[in-house]
Amino acid sequence: MSDIWNFVFGRLGWDALPFWEAVRDPTTFNIINGIIAGGAAGMVVLGVLGAVILVTWLGKWKYLWSEWLTSPDHKKIGIMFIVIAMVMLSRAIIEAAFMRAQQAVGLDGGFLSPEHFGEFFTTHGTIMIFFMAMPFLTGIINYVMPLQIGARDLSFPVMNQISLGLTAAGAAIVMISLVLAPFSTGGWSGYPPYTELSYSPDAGVDYWIWAVTLSTLSSTLTGINFAVTIYKKRAPGMKLFRMPLFTWTALSTAILMIFGMPPLTVATALLALDRYLDFHMFTSDLGGNMMNYINLFWAFGHPEVYILILTPFGIYSEVFSTFSGKRLYGYTLLVIATICIAFLSFTVWLHHFFTMGQSAAINAVFGIATMLIGIPTGVKVYDWMLTMYRGRVRLSAPMIYAVGFIMLFVIGGLTGIILATPSVDYQVHNSLFLIAHFHNMLIPGTLFGMLAATNFWFPKAFGFRLEKRWGRRAAYCWVIGFMLAFFPLYALGVLGMPRRSLTFFEPAYLPWTIAAGCGAIVILFAMLFLLIQLWVSVRDRHHNNVFVGDPWDGRSLEWATSSPPPEYNFPVIPEVFSRDAFMAEKEQGKAYQIPDEFPDIEMPANSAMGVIIAVTGTAMAFGLTWYMWWLVILAAMVTLVAIIARGYVRKTTRTIPCDEVRRTHLAWIECVRRTTPVDRSKEQTRENRGLPVPPVEGAVQ
Amino acid sequence: MKGIIDSFVPLGRGGTILFVMALLSGCSHSLPGFMNPQGPIAEAQKHHFWFVVFVTLIVVLPVIIQTPIILWRYRYRGNAVYRPHWAMSRWLDIAMWGVPFVVVIVLAVVLWRETHQLDPYRPLDSDKQPLQVQVVGFDWKWLFIYPEQGIASMGQLVLPVDRPIAFQLTSATVLQSFFIPALGSQIDVMNRMVTKLHLQADNTGRFQGKNMQYNGSGFHRQRFMTQVVDDAQFDDFVAHARRDGYRLDRQRFNQLNEKSDATDFAGMLGIENYQHGDLMAFSPIPSRLFDAIAHHAPIDWTSLTTSPPQNRKIMDERMPPSNATPAPPDAEENTHDEADDNGGEKAT
Ligand code: HEM
Ligand SMILES: [Cu+2]
Ligand SMILES: [Cu+2]
Repeated sequence: MSDIWNFVFGRLGWDALPFWEAVRDPTTFNIINGIIAGGAAGMVVLGVLGAVILVTWLGKWKYLWSEWLTSPDHKKIGIMFIVIAMVMLSRAIIEAAFMRAQQAVGLDGGFLSPEHFGEFFTTHGTIMIFFMAMPFLTGIINYVMPLQIGARDLSFPVMNQISLGLTAAGAAIVMISLVLAPFSTGGWSGYPPYTELSYSPDAGVDYWIWAVTLSTLSSTLTGINFAVTIYKKRAPGMKLFRMPLFTWTALSTAILMIFGMPPLTVATALLALDRYLDFHMFTSDLGGNMMNYINLFWAFGHPEVYILILTPFGIYSEVFSTFSGKRLYGYTLLVIATICIAFLSFTVWLHHFFTMGQSAAINAVFGIATMLIGIPTGVKVYDWMLTMYRGRVRLSAPMIYAVGFIMLFVIGGLTGIILATPSVDYQVHNSLFLIAHFHNMLIPGTLFGMLAATNFWFPKAFGFRLEKRWGRRAAYCWVIGFMLAFFPLYALGVLGMPRRSLTFFEPAYLPWTIAAGCGAIVILFAMLFLLIQLWVSVRDRHHNNVFVGDPWDGRSLEWATSSPPPEYNFPVIPEVFSRDAFMAEKEQGKAYQIPDEFPDIEMPANSAMGVIIAVTGTAMAFGLTWYMWWLVILAAMVTLVAIIARGYVRKTTRTIPCDEVRRTHLAWIECVRRTTPVDRSKEQTRENRGLPVPPVEGAVQ
Repeated sequence: MKGIIDSFVPLGRGGTILFVMALLSGCSHSLPGFMNPQGPIAEAQKHHFWFVVFVTLIVVLPVIIQTPIILWRYRYRGNAVYRPHWAMSRWLDIAMWGVPFVVVIVLAVVLWRETHQLDPYRPLDSDKQPLQVQVVGFDWKWLFIYPEQGIASMGQLVLPVDRPIAFQLTSATVLQSFFIPALGSQIDVMNRMVTKLHLQADNTGRFQGKNMQYNGSGFHRQRFMTQVVDDAQFDDFVAHARRDGYRLDRQRFNQLNEKSDATDFAGMLGIENYQHGDLMAFSPIPSRLFDAIAHHAPIDWTSLTTSPPQNRKIMDERMPPSNATPAPPDAEENTHDEADDNGGEKAT
């Protein structure tokens, strides 16, 4: 009997249930932790059940399957990436709030168990990086970049589905770990030997390894896809130096993904070899050396932080120039700065471990290299200021994020220079100062960038604007909440408080942790306001409709098509004659033309590959984590068969007849003709139907 | 409660715009950390910290000050000049690249000098011989070995004031990071590797010491008290340890390797009412204990009985302390430690 049980369930047992400890040993403390963990597990289960019931009740399974899950359309895949990111963001923020709450009462105590706290910072960090930021920016690039370069889709649509499938599988694994615990406590960086089998024997680290591995594979494929698309599929006339800055940053990001992700895939794979097959790559004995892991990890880790920041740089560039009604200042130098940053980002990884005992000369060289990156980054900030200079600045929600970003980001830059200085880093390394620094980069940088992007491109994707008042409230709350939650951590770091501390014993820390806790509350409100904003916007969608497609007086090609765009993006591939292609068309009165001839359009056909990979990926990772070998073999075989079978599929494309294209286009042009253009003072009102008055008159009030 | 109030004191002082700065720069005596430095290294780090802050502010302040001004001046309906096609200015570009470049050069020169000056591996300049202390990180406690005195301690690291301390560090378990914020740098502590650290205390007193690198559920409890005393008290400490120290035999050593913090360990020794920062002293201890741990070599338990505690008399005996610290590299030792032994190259 127990043999069969072991065969089927591997090492999975009752103790994997999150409230098991509370049942086994019901002290108040265990019960509180059991309720938190059990509640989280319950939310996952209820969330999944609720979604299934809802879709069944609405009778939308078929729609979901054929219009979304199997769709190769880059726009839909982009949106699905962002949905994953949003769900994971909610979870990770709740976890962050728990950590802040724990530390706010953490003088000599607190309410979380050490294991629980360890899982919190590990899942929070892992999710925020791999399952919030990465899918979010991948989704945004997926959606926007092909439109900006005048393409119909990415170069490899099915590979795009597979990327989505892999990310979904990784996210699913992290969510499953809430129901069948535990997760790793080794932090998002998972340093061995702590994460080796001898120190962390349970399933947690394995969950972490496979979730991260799935994510890095996904991002590598994505990087290849983006880079090839940008090299190969630009519209005629779109020379490299005519590409919008967002596309440039997308290209740099893609290159960073291609070279930056594999080191981590290798590192986690080697760690898996250690744990599963008794290799000794990173163990303390038999010739293993954990420093190799640390180098591999940061060979990924530093490029990764630039993956996370370059895309937002592109987004902010678009936002600043659009909402200042002005060309981007210093385009060429911005492009050069972007490339410099991308290149230099491979040369500084050692600054993450100045304290490991290498010679002063090595530390100094890497410290100086790190400060050098600060130069192109600083220049970008000045460029954005000069983009507003002599413009006509409209303080819409994306702009609030953007302005908040440059003012906060330079503070993060300052503390970054401090951390890049080895002699000082010896004091603040591993402390909350470091936590404050990178949140100072990642929240105003990455997260605000993503939120600015959603506010900015949402009307493009869904055909209606997001409500402005709740949008602004959310933005202000984010800025204030961020400052309140993280500036105190600088002080705590200088006072010597280690990161990842469950409890502390210095009363001097307490006021600061309480202040940071208040900041977390403001951030929770910001999240709430975002939800309200979405709710209100959907409710009023007819009033805020912008089918015509250009609500912000945009500059690049994505605004030259309807909102939402047709599946094929453009009826005829546009021709490009200058930078800011669509703005140029508008200035010359050449926008919204009817082409002489409509071609048949060939688009990729639906495919279930993404779904299959998502399912087998989840199954394989789950099986590996719990030692259910039959599941691993089964999933591997299904994957293999699916890949081979895909090779035999003949009908990989689908043709959209020219009549349909013509009809759609004429209907849109008709709508454009019937719409009254508005100037920028009415941008946020219901009169804005997505048609701006010709630029120069429009922006000059 | 007093601590809470004290930590608010700096808030009132100083009219600096950045409230964080105001908070950090005030120095109230109960504040932990290097803003209240107790040794030359921490002191230098504090100065370097503020130097970097002020120099970097040259490029940061313009952004923080000018952004709101630009926002206001060029607001929609603000009637300021509007140049939608203006996107290039050679002079601004030169300033934009030039000023940060100069700032980075200044910072880089100082960085180069200070990084060498404050290198944890660099022995401190002093006319006194450094005291050798060997630190072993266990899960979740530190063992401090005084090889010249033949004693060890836990819970409390006792150091003589005004005398350089030369630490050698290793871990009996996972990666950790050894840190006394008030005195200076932290340094990683790694299994099968030896790192070095040089510190000095200028004042007597009690300063918190910690582990900065997460190593499991007892991480936050892995702290110790650094007790800086004058020479006479240090001699007393050594004498006391030799007289009343616990014998560090095989059984106790195995207990060290169990997952527990200093308080738990005190319990195993049978100490009641152990408080954080209390001293546990050990003597005799096996000879070359540190090297055996660092190199995964067998520990010489016989030395506990064969060699008497230490025939050197209480430390300061004007005899040159052995600065070439121990361990002829044994055969299976990894290259890392060889590099370590020839002094210049270090643990990477
Ligand atoms: C939105 C508000 C956020 C709050 C309140 C928050 C809070 C926290 C807290 C309390 C910690 C643990 C600090 C410690 O070690 O003591 C942490 C760690 C971390 N956070 Fe956040 N965070 C937020 C957003 C983000 C975002 C947007 C990202 C990344 C895109 C992020 C990435 C990380 C990472 C990587 C860690 C380190 C985890 C580790 O120690 O392994 N966080 N955060
Ligand atoms: Cu880095
Ligand atoms: Cu090492």
